[in-house]
Amino acid sequence: MASIQEIQNDIVDEFAMFDDWMDRYEYMIDLGKSVPVIDDQYKTDENIIKGCQSKVWVHADLDEDKVKFSADSDAIITKGIIAILIRAWSGQKPADIIAADTAFIDQIGLKEHLSPTRANGLVSMIKQLKMYAVAYQSQLS
Amino acid sequence: MLDIQKIRADFPILNREVNGRPLVYFDNAATSQKPQQVIDKIVEYYTLYNANIHRGVHALSQEATDLFEASREKVRAFFNIPQTKQVIFTSGNTHSINAVASGAHVFVQKGDEVIVSAVEHHSNIVPWQMLCERVGATLKVIPVLDNGELDMKTYEELLNDKTAFVVVNHVSNALGVTNPVEEIIKGAHKHGAMTLIDGAQSCGHMKLDMQAINADFYTMAGHKMCGPTGIGILYGTEKALNALPPYQGGGEMIDQVTFEHTTYAGLPHKFEAGTPNIAGGIALGAAVDYLNDVGMDHIAAYEHELLVYGTQQLKTIEGLKIFGDVLNKAAVISFNVTTLHPYDIGTIVDKLGIAVRTGHHCAQPVMERYEVPGTVRASFAFYNTKEEIDIMVQALQRAVSMLS
Repeated sequence: MASIQEIQNDIVDEFAMFDDWMDRYEYMIDLGKSVPVIDDQYKTDENIIKGCQSKVWVHADLDEDKVKFSADSDAIITKGIIAILIRAWSGQKPADIIAADTAFIDQIGLKEHLSPTRANGLVSMIKQLKMYAVAYQSQLS
Repeated sequence: MLDIQKIRADFPILNREVNGRPLVYFDNAATSQKPQQVIDKIVEYYTLYNANIHRGVHALSQEATDLFEASREKVRAFFNIPQTKQVIFTSGNTHSINAVASGAHVFVQKGDEVIVSAVEHHSNIVPWQMLCERVGATLKVIPVLDNGELDMKTYEELLNDKTAFVVVNHVSNALGVTNPVEEIIKGAHKHGAMTLIDGAQSCGHMKLDMQAINADFYTMAGHKMCGPTGIGILYGTEKALNALPPYQGGGEMIDQVTFEHTTYAGLPHKFEAGTPNIAGGIALGAAVDYLNDVGMDHIAAYEHELLVYGTQQLKTIEGLKIFGDVLNKAAVISFNVTTLHPYDIGTIVDKLGIAVRTGHHCAQPVMERYEVPGTVRASFAFYNTKEEIDIMVQALQRAVSMLS
């Protein structure tokens, strides 16, 4: 399996093919369609990430020593954003997820979504995914 | 007729670009833009007059006090308030509501009922819930009909001798619908209840006559009527304001202070503890001057024209549904397109330079009522144009095709 850094680099390269924001957004919306969809039993209020104007549910399982994420959202763009994160971080070791840097979000032209005032809650999503990783890391050690 | 191009030239922000496109600002219900005259007044105050007011004997303090008090008089005249001392300057509309609710235990006792409407902003729900919890009163809610109008029949049924306070907004921020406040106030007064009208969405968009409306309290936000942020207005009848205990203690609001007892200053100072927002108050006077120059009747008529045009044009988008689809309303259109999430739509049109609000608009009960996660809200002001509405409709069409 490729490392987080390698996958993030791939994503940056893919987005670099598009000249304008509309194409980038359309690509992101497409990526959202491929997100591993969260099982209905985990689509609970508890699993909703706070700080988003839309609803985002995230669930994480530990598969041997790797974290597997699944998610869903009622907003298409938000689903695309979480799909990008999950593509890079799902199937990785907790320690690597904890250490992953998020500068690639900036590099794919979605910098505005990193602002803490942004209602999509990308910052909250990153935090939530890393918290799952921290929890599983403590289970493993 | 308004010379819109001349008016637009007074608002420097309308010249800027967002995401490489000319800004189309349709979030006026959240805050209005400021004309150069208001911006200049703030700079002028800090450049020439900055001093603390109401206490200094020196010339600068006198000049600043005179300007601040002249603003109070402008506000009085603008809203046809009987006396200047009935104009209380606060930090904003929310502060104005809280100033009343926090002292409203003198009007609301244990076992009493407080009536709010189903279309209130959180800032006109939570302070009253807090009051009810504090005194042991019950909160009752006037329901809203499918078309966004209040269910006045149920309101009449809710009124009884236990009704102690009725609070509603003049215009709903989430839907834009204008509520029949005169009728609501008459009903409340028949039962001896006090009334507060939240005017956050009406001030600056329609001519308001406090004596004709006849509420006991009425609240306004300076920043929604071309004034700066951080300055609001609380109007009350002299009787109501005298009965209401002060909200905050401090300097300026006292008559005599000893360690045994303090007596309070008269109106309006009783409610203006501490150094007020002097620059904001003075600049609000400039905003009132500006609105008077343009003319509130002209503003209301033109904004209604934008509302009618905007409603027509938006309805050309397939699957678009307006919440509060009546014409007795402010120039606010709250809508969704098919099942698309308002957040998705807002994000795409923002990239096209258009500022609309998305979400629950701090009115979650309204969203629950219509069973939607939120709406897209376009709210117009007198400096907006029909051409901008066309640009928005085109942008929405692009957003819909991207998202569908």
